[in-house]
Amino acid sequence: MSDIVLSCQGLVKRFGGIVATHNVSLDLRRGARHALIGPNGAGKTTLINLLTGVLEPTEGRITLNGEDISRLAPHQRVRRGLVRTFQINQLFASMTPLQTLALVVSEQRGLGARWWRSLAADAGVAERAQQLLAQFHLAEVADQKTEHLAYGKRRLLEIAIALACEPRVLLLDEPVAGVPAGEREELLQTVAALPADVSVLLIEHDMDLVFSFA
Amino acid sequence: MIPAQSDLARTARLKWWEPLFWLAVFAAPALWPGQAPIINETAIWALFAISLDLVLGYAGIVSLGHAAFFGLGAYTAALFARHLSPDPHLGLLVAMGASALLGLLASLTVLRGTDLTRLMVTLGLALILLELANKLDWLTGGTDGIQGLTIAPVLGRFEFGIDGQVASYFSLTLLLLFFLLARVIVNSPFGGTLKAIRDNRLRAMAIGIPVHARLIAIYTVAAAIAGAAGAAFTLTSGYVSMEALSFDRSADVMLMVVIGGVGWLYGGVIGAVVFQVIRDVLSQITPQYWMFWIGLFLVVLVLVGRDRLFKPWTWFKRGAGGKA
Repeated sequence: MSDIVLSCQGLVKRFGGIVATHNVSLDLRRGARHALIGPNGAGKTTLINLLTGVLEPTEGRITLNGEDISRLAPHQRVRRGLVRTFQINQLFASMTPLQTLALVVSEQRGLGARWWRSLAADAGVAERAQQLLAQFHLAEVADQKTEHLAYGKRRLLEIAIALACEPRVLLLDEPVAGVPAGEREELLQTVAALPADVSVLLIEHDMDLVFSFA
Repeated sequence: MIPAQSDLARTARLKWWEPLFWLAVFAAPALWPGQAPIINETAIWALFAISLDLVLGYAGIVSLGHAAFFGLGAYTAALFARHLSPDPHLGLLVAMGASALLGLLASLTVLRGTDLTRLMVTLGLALILLELANKLDWLTGGTDGIQGLTIAPVLGRFEFGIDGQVASYFSLTLLLLFFLLARVIVNSPFGGTLKAIRDNRLRAMAIGIPVHARLIAIYTVAAAIAGAAGAAFTLTSGYVSMEALSFDRSADVMLMVVIGGVGWLYGGVIGAVVFQVIRDVLSQITPQYWMFWIGLFLVVLVLVGRDRLFKPWTWFKRGAGGKA
């Protein structure tokens, strides 16, 4: 029992008359690598939205490490280690990758409410941001505004942000969507190289990709 | 210091022109003693504009009722001076406290909703306060306002005189202090989370930022700063009227921030100066139609874009390297 990190029972989401998610139950073990497959419109992203708290379930409950998180706000779930990426990039357009990652690391380390010191003040934060930039091949564009980055780089930043949150459970919503073939491998390797105790749920409709991963 | 740290620090570093800018600002009342009252007025506008820029430019909350916080600060300072103590420092603090409290309560109404609902809610709040100031005339003096206040000397020494010298230095000092505070805030991790919320609220939540708590915090701080501007207005002029709460004041301060540039603290200061100068010059040339010219300027500014308008050398270089 204690091995199950994320679990949901009887999750239902209705949008008016449409049932987007019908009675979903799943258990995710520590360090497990699972994939959730389905055609577009199957409700995969809705499930992620329910798990991460963007949407409120009509019925059912979600537990993380045994704690009921069904009613927690999205940011509270992130702080407990439940982190996601987005199918469509959700980035901070006016910031550079370095600023973005430094900010995410600050928030993750509980420094997000600090108003009296500069974002640059904490060496540990800057170091971790730099490390992530190198890991995701973003070092050479670290000082360019995100809105000016090429799509491939933005996609990498999208994933890097999630890892900067130090996830215990990572929900990847079609992470390689739109990534050129050459960079796909690299991205998946980065995900595969995550610490063994991080659980990963991959949402995908590309079967080949799924079998190379899970 | 590792390289990433100095890269991060670059945007926050003091630029070479900044000390010169502030030296010039502080020299102004001494160089043009006759203009001291208008310098005082401009400094108060600039302080008010910085407050609006914190919520509009950095946190992305549009507000068309920012005069509510300015006006409450102004009236609080007046009532405090009349009934409790003529001390300007205490009056300033109490006014800031009152505005901060109103900001805290008002922030709960702007957390959700779209830009349009926020515009309406903030506008409504300012109108409610304006009507209260009108109707509660036993307290606020109604349309007469509160006049003839006696304000004690600043720091126990500097009397607010008719020439406006002390007043202008009082307001400029407040402007500098709150500018520095705002600067520290926007360059901090907290300030970064505000920009993240402005840029992408969904992702901000997804990286663990407590969006509501951060918005409440900055709205409260910005309201306190607007309250300080309002208090400075009352303390330096010795009176307050309903004009402090008027819609025009909310609209003008937004014009200043837009003219100077949103999300850039100097934008508010420069916008206030430009607005005052334009108003001064235009109202001398054409006393009846100066609003028209300000409006025209604004339309051109927004349509052409600030970058292109103030960089004439880019006008004929379509697509040549720069952004077309």
